Parts: sequence; structure tokens; C-alpha cells
Amino acid sequence: MSDWLTPLEWQAVVLSLRVAFWAVLLSLPLGIFVAHALARWQFWGKGLLNGLVHLPLILPPVVTGYFLLMTFGRQGWLGGAFADMGVVFAFRWTGAALAAAVMAFPLMVRAIRLSIEAVDPKLEDAASTLGASRLWVFATITLPLILPGILAGTVLAFAKAMGEFGATITFVSNIPVQTQTLPSAIYAALQVPGGESGALRLVMVSVAVAMGALALSEVMARRMSRRIGGRDA
Amino acid sequence: MLEVNLRHALGALELDLQFSAPPGLTVLFGRSGAGKTTVINAVAGLLRPDAGRISVSGRCLMDTERGVFLRPEARRIGYVFQDARLFPHLNVQQNLSYGQWFARHRPPRADRARVVEMLGLGPLLERRPDALSGGEKSRVAIGRALLAAPDILLADEPLAALDETRKAEILPYFERLRDEMNVPILYVSHAVREVARLATTVVVLDGGRILRQGAAAEVLADPSVLPTGARDAGAFLTAIVQDHDEDGLTTLDASGMPLILPRVAAPVGAVVRVRIAAHDVILARHRPEGLSALNILSGRVQEVRAGDGPGALVVVDTQAGRILARITRRSALALGITPGIAVFAVIKSVSVAPADVGG
Repeated sequence: MSDWLTPLEWQAVVLSLRVAFWAVLLSLPLGIFVAHALARWQFWGKGLLNGLVHLPLILPPVVTGYFLLMTFGRQGWLGGAFADMGVVFAFRWTGAALAAAVMAFPLMVRAIRLSIEAVDPKLEDAASTLGASRLWVFATITLPLILPGILAGTVLAFAKAMGEFGATITFVSNIPVQTQTLPSAIYAALQVPGGESGALRLVMVSVAVAMGALALSEVMARRMSRRIGGRDA
Repeated sequence: MLEVNLRHALGALELDLQFSAPPGLTVLFGRSGAGKTTVINAVAGLLRPDAGRISVSGRCLMDTERGVFLRPEARRIGYVFQDARLFPHLNVQQNLSYGQWFARHRPPRADRARVVEMLGLGPLLERRPDALSGGEKSRVAIGRALLAAPDILLADEPLAALDETRKAEILPYFERLRDEMNVPILYVSHAVREVARLATTVVVLDGGRILRQGAAAEVLADPSVLPTGARDAGAFLTAIVQDHDEDGLTTLDASGMPLILPRVAAPVGAVVRVRIAAHDVILARHRPEGLSALNILSGRVQEVRAGDGPGALVVVDTQAGRILARITRRSALALGITPGIAVFAVIKSVSVAPADVGG
């Protein structure tokens, strides 16, 4: 496979996978927490949080990229703090992962939130009368029951992260090997005369990865829902 | 001993009540919407009442004046819900272990093997909740609550979702809980038959207030507190087991009057309480002859209460005690049944009711 793609194209594929992997892995705990808060808790500013989470879904990606640049760039108020801790986002693959995570977050939260809302709160009440604190109720009742939803959210977020383009290119540009993800590489290939065949190869890789992820999640979701109690997910 | 003092507004319902439940099985009784579930959920900590105080065996679970509100998991309760609420991703064994694990630092209320045996759960242990029948789910739910080492067991109409056959299957388990497990039980119900069979103490709720409370025998003898009125009225008599006859019958001595009924489990000499439903009693002006009924008591009419419908409830004083008969108003008129006249009460069936425990 490595000689089917040029080294540069291969780099883009690997980079995209790495970006999507870390983006999803690191945002998943926060995604579950936020989904749970939105589904189950009543608190001041819930509407605001909900809006904030969904903002990347409705804003032009370029605008999200601009905000990321302003906040997490070298001069940004958070970018400086992270740089002091040794994490630099601007024009690095880490920045691409951050952009992908922010853009994929609403999709992840939505899927998980729906599955939490489908869990009967009466089961959680029953668990608490049996002596389980809120954290235990979540870990032993809610979490196992929403695993299919978490899986769905993860796959959706992974696919979105793999395909993120607008915010990524705005935030971290399109530097081969450093920040050139699969979509950026396709875009770059199309800018060069005669680059169509390279673009096609990358498009095929994109399609294959997306379909593969979807198929994998279907199989796992089916296996999980059978384990949970024979209901269809 | 459970002590409850509550005030709570819930929509149109204004709850304002105070009761205490002695050991044994206390039934919160009343029609739907009377506030029964609100009370039991307040005891469980699933609902935060506007004001009040709740304690179990002297341990305060909630006191709005002192700002105490224990969360459900800290209350040491066992709650049997109407819809069982078994965890669908765990099998029966794991469901039973759930509360037991959280209660592992407390002395258990009941030995696990005994609970499994008593509720007949042995063959079900490896099964998932979705592979259980309604009655089986109820039994697992009872076992799960019991294994959580509760100071008090709460049950919210645990039989309401079951058909008659299943109800008859589960009822004896609650009797055994009451008689063998020594755990106080607060039981919500609107079914008179369940109450008559299970209750040692009855608290009658209506519109968020307590209509009557007291020993089951006294409360249930008063048809005015029953949601269905005279239809479910009945009298309780105290009797001593005199003899177990060879033909499968038991003779009781009710203040000198013999009562014959199918074999009673209690030994000779034991004091039992029997219930005679008002609709199982026929009245006659003269001693009937050639009748298949075994129990005929002579007595004097004390009171005739006419209801809204065609029926009337007749209170008859007999040597064995006061019994109730439900007849039609037409019969009452035809037979000339008025207070003071002598009648014979033909009793079609007698059932043994639970003995009072400290009530």
C-alpha cells in the first residue's frame, strides 16, 4: 500500500488518522460529561452551554478556525498558557487535532445525549435506593446502558475529525507533513495541474476509512445491544 | 418503627400527614391520587418534601427544620417498585448482588442463600431480566431489595402490574417477609384483598390526609374508609385453634362459638385472626336447615347502613364478635331487618388474616 501512495500522500493519511484518533480520544470524557449534564441536570446557564457546544455546527468553519487562532494561537490568551506548558497548537498537528475535536464535539455530544435520555431515570433511582452514590449509578447503570450511543458518537466524531477542513486550514494552515491532513492534501493536489490522480487516490482512502469505521461501529453496536438486553440499539 | 411527618404540595394535591408504623407490615391504603406514592418516595428520598421529618428506628432520614436530607443511597432502605426496575444489562445474580455490594459493611438483613431459597430464585440466577416473567421479576426485585440490608422495606403496589394468578403467587412471599424476616415493611396498595391479607397496621390516605390509622382489623371493619365502600367490607374475629380434624378442616373457638374452616397452619392453642368478608355472609330470620354452609352464627342486628346503590351493610352482634353482612336493601325490607331483631348469619367462607404484630 505504501508504494501505491506517494510518501507525501501516505504522510497525510497517517497524520489524519493520528489527528482524528487523539481528537476523539481526548474529547470523549468531556463529551460524555457535557452530554450527561445536558441530559440530566438542571443548572443555570444550561441553554448557554448547549448553544456553545453546538456553535461549531452552525458557524462557518472558517470562523471557528479564526476563533481558534485568536484563542490558541501564539498570541492567543490560552495559546500562551499552553505554550508555557510545552504544548504548541499553532501550525502543528496538535492544532489540527484541536480544530478537529472542536468541530466534531457537537456531533459526539448529540449522539451520547440522546442515548442518555433514552435510559429510564427510574433505573437510576432504583440504583440509588440500593445504596449507589451518583457516581456509582453513572458508572454501573448509565454508562453500560449508553455504550452503543457512545460508540455511535465516537464513530461520528471520528469521521468528522477525519474530514475536517475549513477550521483546520484556517487555524494551522496546510503544511505538508506538519498539518496537511487528508482533506487538505486533496485540496492541495487539486491546486496543482495534473494532480487529479493523486486526489482520486486520497479520495478513495477517505471513502474506505469512513465506510470501514461505519461498518465496525454497526457490528460493535449490535453486539453491545445484545449484551445489554436484546433490545435494538 | 417508622415515623413520618410530612407537608408537601404537588399540583392540586396538598399533602399534610403524620403517622408512625410499628413493626410488621404497614399498608398505606387509599385510592389513586391520594398521595400514597408521594409518601413512600419521600421516605425513600426520591422526593424532597416541602417540610417534615422522617425517621426509621430513631435514625433521622430527613428533617427540614434541622436541614437534614439524606440522599437515597444513605437511607438504608430497600425499595420494591411496581415495575420491578431490574437492571437490564445485569443477570439475576448480578441484580441481587447490586445492593448487597453497597451494603457489604453492614450486617446483612438476610442470608443470601435463604433469600434465594425463600423466593425460589435458584433456577433464575443466570437469566437476564428480559427472559423473566412478570412474577419472576417481582420476586427478583424483592430479593434485591432485601439483600441491600435495609432498615425498612418499601413496596409501591408491587402486585399492581401482575394478573390475578401472579398476584396469588407473589402474595405469600410478602407474608413470609413479614413473618420470617423481621424487617418493617411499608406497603402501598389500593387493593382491599391485599391489605386484608398482609397488613398488620393500616394507614388510610385520602386527598393527602390521613382518614384513619390503626390495627388492620379495626380499620378494615369500617366500610367508610374503603375506596370501594361496602363491596370490600369485612369483619375480623379473634379465635383460638381448637382442633385439626381428620377431614382437612380446622375448628376454631371464637369466644365460645365454633368456626370451621380449611386447615389452618397454626398449631392447636394458637390465637389467630380470621376475616369474614361482608359479601360472604347471608342473613336469615330463622335458623336455616339443610344448608351446606358449616358456619352459622346467631346474633342480633345492631345497625343497618344503606349505601348509595342497591346494597345495605348490616352490622350483626354475635357471641363470636361483630360481623358484617352485605345484603340488598330489598332483602332487608322483605325480611324486616331492623336494629334489635334476632338473625342468623350464614357464613360462606372464612379466611385467616395475619396476626397483629405489636400493632
